[in-house]
Amino acid sequence: MITFEQVGVQYADAPAPALSGVELTVPEGELCLLVGPSGSGKSTLLGTVCGLVPHFTGGTLTGRVTVAGRDTRTHRPRDLADVVGTVGQDPAAHFVTDTVEEELAYGMESMGLAPAVMRRRVEETLDLLGLAELRGRALSSLSGGQRQRVAIGSVLTVHPKVLVLDEPTSALDPGAAEEVLAVLQRLVHDLGTTVLLSEHRLERVVQYADQVLLLPGPGEPPVLGDPAALMARSPVRPPVVDLGLLAGWTPLPLTVRDARRRAAPLRGQLPPPEPKLPPAPAVPAEPVATASRLVVSRGRVPALRGVELALAPGQITALMGRNGAGKSTLLGALVGLHAPDSGTVRVNGLVPHRSRPKDLIRSVGLVPQDPRDLLYAETVAEECAAADRDADAGPGTCRALLAALLPDVADDRHPRDLSEGQRLTLALAVVLTARPPVLLLDEPTRGLDYAAKARLVTVLRALAADGHAVLLATHDVELAAELAHRTAVLAEGEIVADGPTPEVVLASPTFAPQTAKILPPYLTVPEVAAALAAEPPR
Amino acid sequence: MSVHRLLRAAPTAPSPDSSPAPSPDSNSAPPRGRSAAVHSRALARQLHPGAWWLWSLGLAAAASRTTNPLLLLLILAVAGYVVAARRGDAPWSRSYAAFLRLGLLVLAARMVFAVLLGSPVGGTHVLFTLPQVPLPAWAQGVRLGGSVTLEGVLFALYEGLRLAVLLACVGAANALASPSRLLRSLPGALYEAGVAAVVAMTFAPNLVADVRRLRAARRLRGRSDRGVRAVLSVGLPVLEGALERSVALAAAMDTRGFGRTAAVPRRLVRTAGALTLAGLLAVCSATYGLLTPGAHPWALPVLLAGAGAAAAGLVLGGRRSVRTRYRPDPWALPEWLTAASGALVAAALIWYAGRWPEALTPSVVPPTAPSLPLLPALAALVGLLPAFVTPEPPRSTR
Repeated sequence: MITFEQVGVQYADAPAPALSGVELTVPEGELCLLVGPSGSGKSTLLGTVCGLVPHFTGGTLTGRVTVAGRDTRTHRPRDLADVVGTVGQDPAAHFVTDTVEEELAYGMESMGLAPAVMRRRVEETLDLLGLAELRGRALSSLSGGQRQRVAIGSVLTVHPKVLVLDEPTSALDPGAAEEVLAVLQRLVHDLGTTVLLSEHRLERVVQYADQVLLLPGPGEPPVLGDPAALMARSPVRPPVVDLGLLAGWTPLPLTVRDARRRAAPLRGQLPPPEPKLPPAPAVPAEPVATASRLVVSRGRVPALRGVELALAPGQITALMGRNGAGKSTLLGALVGLHAPDSGTVRVNGLVPHRSRPKDLIRSVGLVPQDPRDLLYAETVAEECAAADRDADAGPGTCRALLAALLPDVADDRHPRDLSEGQRLTLALAVVLTARPPVLLLDEPTRGLDYAAKARLVTVLRALAADGHAVLLATHDVELAAELAHRTAVLAEGEIVADGPTPEVVLASPTFAPQTAKILPPYLTVPEVAAALAAEPPR
Repeated sequence: MSVHRLLRAAPTAPSPDSSPAPSPDSNSAPPRGRSAAVHSRALARQLHPGAWWLWSLGLAAAASRTTNPLLLLLILAVAGYVVAARRGDAPWSRSYAAFLRLGLLVLAARMVFAVLLGSPVGGTHVLFTLPQVPLPAWAQGVRLGGSVTLEGVLFALYEGLRLAVLLACVGAANALASPSRLLRSLPGALYEAGVAAVVAMTFAPNLVADVRRLRAARRLRGRSDRGVRAVLSVGLPVLEGALERSVALAAAMDTRGFGRTAAVPRRLVRTAGALTLAGLLAVCSATYGLLTPGAHPWALPVLLAGAGAAAAGLVLGGRRSVRTRYRPDPWALPEWLTAASGALVAAALIWYAGRWPEALTPSVVPPTAPSLPLLPALAALVGLLPAFVTPEPPRSTR
């Protein structure tokens, strides 16, 4: 269906080619997963399939990509629109019209399909994706998972042979991600659509893949092959594969179910299930930040309805819940971005929304969902200097922090040119310059690969050990299991569960990490490894 | 696993087009968009956006002919009633209130200027006197402060009210039919220009949201989020963000086939362009001729010829476009009645203003109590017709 013949892509201002020597064929009707660390050229590869590279992005394409027999060098993206459907990372950026139904019809209108055909296909697609209830809704009123499904539906109506998706579930909560993946699965099964997708959160998708396209990194040629075989050599791996490698299972299990079947002997080796928690803070000290009976409205909609939360120094708390449950609003209320309707918020003795920003940053820092919001300067060095001035810290404080967190960020880079992980770290350094005892992070692992995530885990652990109270809002169950001492679950603006992470995540199938589903009560692979090392094999 | 549930929930799967059997796509019956059902008032459906815009433009034209506050308030009430009766529940349906507030703001500004800068109408009924600021000789003719007369205030009030009602009429059209729905009814040749306009329109609200978000982020850096500097300093990031979003949207539209054109001879494209341009130029010059004083017998024929040429250009240009329209809004009896009611209100007031101008522009010097002329009032009430003859909008948008 898709063939690459000696494909290479070189962008004008880049020192090394983004892709080189790609030589492979993706067969029809397969779900093909692109796996690789950040910067290995996943998005570029996807772009070559839909024609955006090089027609839209510029750069030089060598070799030849053909999709359903059409050469992308001679076909512009719009000429490929009837065979390739493309959905980018942010579905909101993809929408052209106002309502669900019009959005589904838009592509077909551009193709000039007959009205009767359009009418029938819209109805079919509404059913296929479970969108029938939403057909007249304004796109702006949809939740994240619904938007992603509409975006997929909007390219499906033209009946493309190939569907290209760039991180379709990264921004979604676990439930919404399941929804989207179920739809993709169904397309492959029922319609024989070829699906090509990239995703950082492999634990969500790898079990659905028929083929894995591994991009090991710059300089090494991509490989296409059997998922289990390739995951063994992939630099990025989901926990279930890590566990398989640890236990030496072959072939590697890719699903929790496979792994569970193989895990019986391992269970015997492990010490009897006494709940081994991540080291809890010695004494639950006086909370440094509290919210009590907190009610906050965004517009007319109440986003928080009586939230009770206390953050203790040295403790990492994960805040989970579906998209739109009020996580960001709670973080915003803690830094004074939203004034409470009723109830109280105290952070380090201050009332956030009444405090001067200058005083507040010494008490609480927030790294927003998009770290770019926090960065204004032209270069990293200027950004650090500005942060020192804002915080009245000694010159070089921020730069030293950044160097400690991430050694290899050049001074003269533009913050927007950094990778997601580097940008997050820079924003974190900027926030930490004022030495706030309370640190809040909104969705920090969005767009991070496993290496960057591991670095973030190390950094946050060190900060907690240093006495910072850390609260992170996240959809990433693996991150929460690995990092958080405590987990709180928000739903409809209320905290519905709050307690030690093992208790909360083991009680819920949605929020349980993969390891916990295979070897409860262990939450992460390192915990299992530690237990095995402590207990000599019998 | 929800896959299985979904599988059972929707048994019909779209058939691939590549099937060798005659595809049902090619032999299905043509849509019967104009079936008798569209004339039925019992069937909930959206009215054609063009009908709403014609109706509200009719009301606006009527309002522009009068400064009689009673008549203006009547038109405002008529528009408000129809909006309340027939708007949907989509987010843009709330724009009527926003336009009303904007109208009030305009009215207030007009009054403040009239009080501060005086009024051209003069008058003898002095309400109060403000201290006058002496201005240098070069500012002759401008007055700051001084006596405020009842006549001046009344004049400003009437003028401001007229402007506010005009805005309310535009707001009513916005609430009843969003501009992007109107865009869908544009001829094919203008579609791409129309998309540019709509993208520009969505740009503004996004920009406002960005400025808000980045100003909030300034707080996180320990800087003040108030004042002009706070807004200015986020200017560059906001523009960068807006640019990135536009590029992303352009890429998305390209991959979805926007801008696909049919192969037509180059000559045809050029002819279409030339006809449109020449036609529009002719229309402009003829309008100038018609509106300037003096007799210009050439103006009317040129206007007609220009309009004809432009229309022909658009039709020819439309051949390049391969677009089709999904569920086009039908134009049936309710649309005719709605558009006609708007036109009737406008025609009645324009005719009346020509015959009895004093009734529609109550004198302010000397100030008199305005009276409600019977015939224009009845004509304005005709504008209520759409509230009764149009079908209800479907309530599925929430």
